[in-house]
Amino acid sequence: MTTTAADQQIIRSPGSRGVWAWITTVDHKRIGLLYAVTAATFFFIGGLEALLVRTQLFGPDLEVLSAAAYNQLFTMHGLTMVFLVVMPIAAAFTNYFLPIMIGARDVAFPRLNAFSYWLFLFSGLLIYSSFMLGGAPDGAWVGYAPLSTQLTEVVRMDFWTIGLSLLGVSSIAASANFIATAFTMRAPGMTLLRMPVFAWMSLVVAFLLIFSLPSVAIGLFQLFLDRNFGALFYAAAAGGDPLLWQHLFWIFGHPEVYVLVLPAMGIVSEVLPTFARKPLFGYPFVVFAGAAIGFVGFGVWSHHMFTSGMGPLAEAGFGVATMIIAVPTGVKIFNWIGTLWGGKIKFNTPMLFSVAFIAMFTIGGLSGVTHAVVPSDTQQHDTYYVVAHFHYVLFGGAVFGYVSGVYYWFPKWTGRMLNETLGKIHFWLALIGFNLTFGPMHILGLNGMPRRTYRYPEGLGWANWNAVATVGAYIILVSFLFFAWNIVRSHFLAKGERAGNDPWDGRTLEWTISSPPPVHNFDETPVVHALDDFWHQKYAEDEEGRAVRMPAVTGGALTVDKKTGGEGEGEDGEHLEIHMPSPSYYPVLASFGTAVLGAGLIYLPWGFFAVGIGGVLMLWGLFGWSLEPVTKEH
Amino acid sequence: MTDAAIEAAQGGHEEHHDVKPVRKTAMWVFLGSEFVFFGAMIATFLLYRNTTNGGPGTELFDIPFTSASSFVLLMSSLTMVLAHNAFENKDMRQTRVWLIATALLGSTFLAGQIFEFTEFIHQGLTLPTSPFGSSFYMLTGFHGIHVAVGVMLLSAMAILSFSGRLYDDRGLNVELIGLYWHFVDIIWIVIFTVVYLMQA
Repeated sequence: MTTTAADQQIIRSPGSRGVWAWITTVDHKRIGLLYAVTAATFFFIGGLEALLVRTQLFGPDLEVLSAAAYNQLFTMHGLTMVFLVVMPIAAAFTNYFLPIMIGARDVAFPRLNAFSYWLFLFSGLLIYSSFMLGGAPDGAWVGYAPLSTQLTEVVRMDFWTIGLSLLGVSSIAASANFIATAFTMRAPGMTLLRMPVFAWMSLVVAFLLIFSLPSVAIGLFQLFLDRNFGALFYAAAAGGDPLLWQHLFWIFGHPEVYVLVLPAMGIVSEVLPTFARKPLFGYPFVVFAGAAIGFVGFGVWSHHMFTSGMGPLAEAGFGVATMIIAVPTGVKIFNWIGTLWGGKIKFNTPMLFSVAFIAMFTIGGLSGVTHAVVPSDTQQHDTYYVVAHFHYVLFGGAVFGYVSGVYYWFPKWTGRMLNETLGKIHFWLALIGFNLTFGPMHILGLNGMPRRTYRYPEGLGWANWNAVATVGAYIILVSFLFFAWNIVRSHFLAKGERAGNDPWDGRTLEWTISSPPPVHNFDETPVVHALDDFWHQKYAEDEEGRAVRMPAVTGGALTVDKKTGGEGEGEDGEHLEIHMPSPSYYPVLASFGTAVLGAGLIYLPWGFFAVGIGGVLMLWGLFGWSLEPVTKEH
Repeated sequence: MTDAAIEAAQGGHEEHHDVKPVRKTAMWVFLGSEFVFFGAMIATFLLYRNTTNGGPGTELFDIPFTSASSFVLLMSSLTMVLAHNAFENKDMRQTRVWLIATALLGSTFLAGQIFEFTEFIHQGLTLPTSPFGSSFYMLTGFHGIHVAVGVMLLSAMAILSFSGRLYDDRGLNVELIGLYWHFVDIIWIVIFTVVYLMQA
């Protein structure tokens, strides 16, 4: 990191392509892409695990997998999809677009941002290394005590306690960063109620994580102490209460499901107005409904525990709270329908996925309301009905939303469009495959098929629907291979149509800048005058309220307010004097040290050696980071 | 840690906003998270306060001793305020004195805690004795770790002050450490009340 004349003008070596540039990057866009690529990789791994599980369940009494392998695979599937796929893909979108949408040049703490990403990656690798070190965690992703406190001589569940704890540190750091960004980095005129809904949902999610993760972190430490130091938190024989784990887990776990789905709702709230060519119907309602979901989401955790014998009062209370949370969710769904109503709808791939999101999420939401009814839930508890429910909200819901986001923002990331035909094949195969896989699970569950079951005998009437579900799962695989090919074709083979700054005629700030955006995002700080400001600069309304394109408007650099412009004189950024934070290797060093420390804790007592080394690396990284200047001084 | 980025984002040098709220916002958010962290441990302790599994219970506590060490910790909040005040007045010598005083008071509290733990272990209360023991050591131990981290940060700042490298625009700065230190004290007030004083 030498100081050159070039550094003095733009700082953060634009255009550098080496691996080292990616490792030391503090650019929120690059970190966002790293999150996205890592999450996509884990998505395929987690998907393959699901396919193995479905293959085992294809027919009665199959033995494709051993029971031990089956337990590891369904545990790792859940763990991967929740913590290594959906949360990081949400972080990818938030990283890339939260700063741009609010008119900032980066997140509040670029190096902390890099630390979050690297710690997420190292934690994921640590959890997956367990496959080569004697077997992966096999106590389900919820890791209920006392199952998870048994067999302490096998370290599998320690990979889970430590891996999740490290991921929690990464998420808390990222959330504090996003909250500080949204509260303190907004461009002039970008009031909170002019923030795009996606930015709002990212903010709500950051708060959810900040206040929910510590609960499960304490639970995980307690499990860890029980397993490794003989503590008795969950030892019923000594008076410990295994139910405590369920409370600590679900106080985190229920807000977590909103963590997974709210950013997808934010994406849908961006995509629908763009392709319906209408403003979002009832913007403040959508925003406040999202915040309300966040609040009420903290008061419903025990509906995961209706069969644990909490007593009728608690069950009634949590049942009612669960029904209440359907209200703000319903508000959102009606607002999305209101947005579509009377719009000039263009059904391209991002729009199809967003519309499918609404439909699938509504189905999943309705089966969720049936869980709020305690007697009904008692019947459904731990059956495939529950599996069907949460896949409708998390796959048909969240994942479809994120896929919609990829189609929508891919042109902004790469400067090239994804192919529409391949996109539509992907969509229809995914929709059909998804419903074939998870639709029949409702019936299987109501017929009593328990979840996490390794084998089932013939004659229970489960065979046909299981076969259908497995076929559906393979169709989902095929559909996502089309998706992968589409991305490779457009970007890596450079066959995608070139996208301009504003291929969709969008309304938010990211469409005012080039695709891909320059390293400093905005040549001049945008000044915002209204919600959907960019749209209002392109369109005026005629007497009947129809949008009329204003003349001489060409997308890009529209929001420049000459009076408050930067002090540079060039237009390509090369000559602007914008100081961006310098690359730094301290975040990756600190996160590596943290991961080594965690790995050491798994293999106590001789792991204390690694704990020491990791601790030193971590402190070295953190102190170096705190003391180095943000931009190199000259 | 990124005032340049913030400055850039806010339109360059002529709009020189106060950059502190950025770090302070993040610190407050982090402390909010810490409250839930300790809340979960305090809830666990309350659940297991009387679950002694045949081992010793709350009768072990030496209230006068712990009151004294609590007083020491609370006084360290005062010296922290004085350190921050001196730093605001750009008085490096006073800043250093009060930083070191705060670190020493924190260390004294830690020494008291180590003594207390040793006593309890001699009297038969260990982590694996009972759910009560597990939750007591986890709660007070995690608080002790927080104090130790604070002492480390305070010492680091005191050392840096000798070379005049205390800035208010770095991650490691007097005001943020002060917030953290006050949080650690406030949590101790709750722990001292709930664990030691509330003997039901």
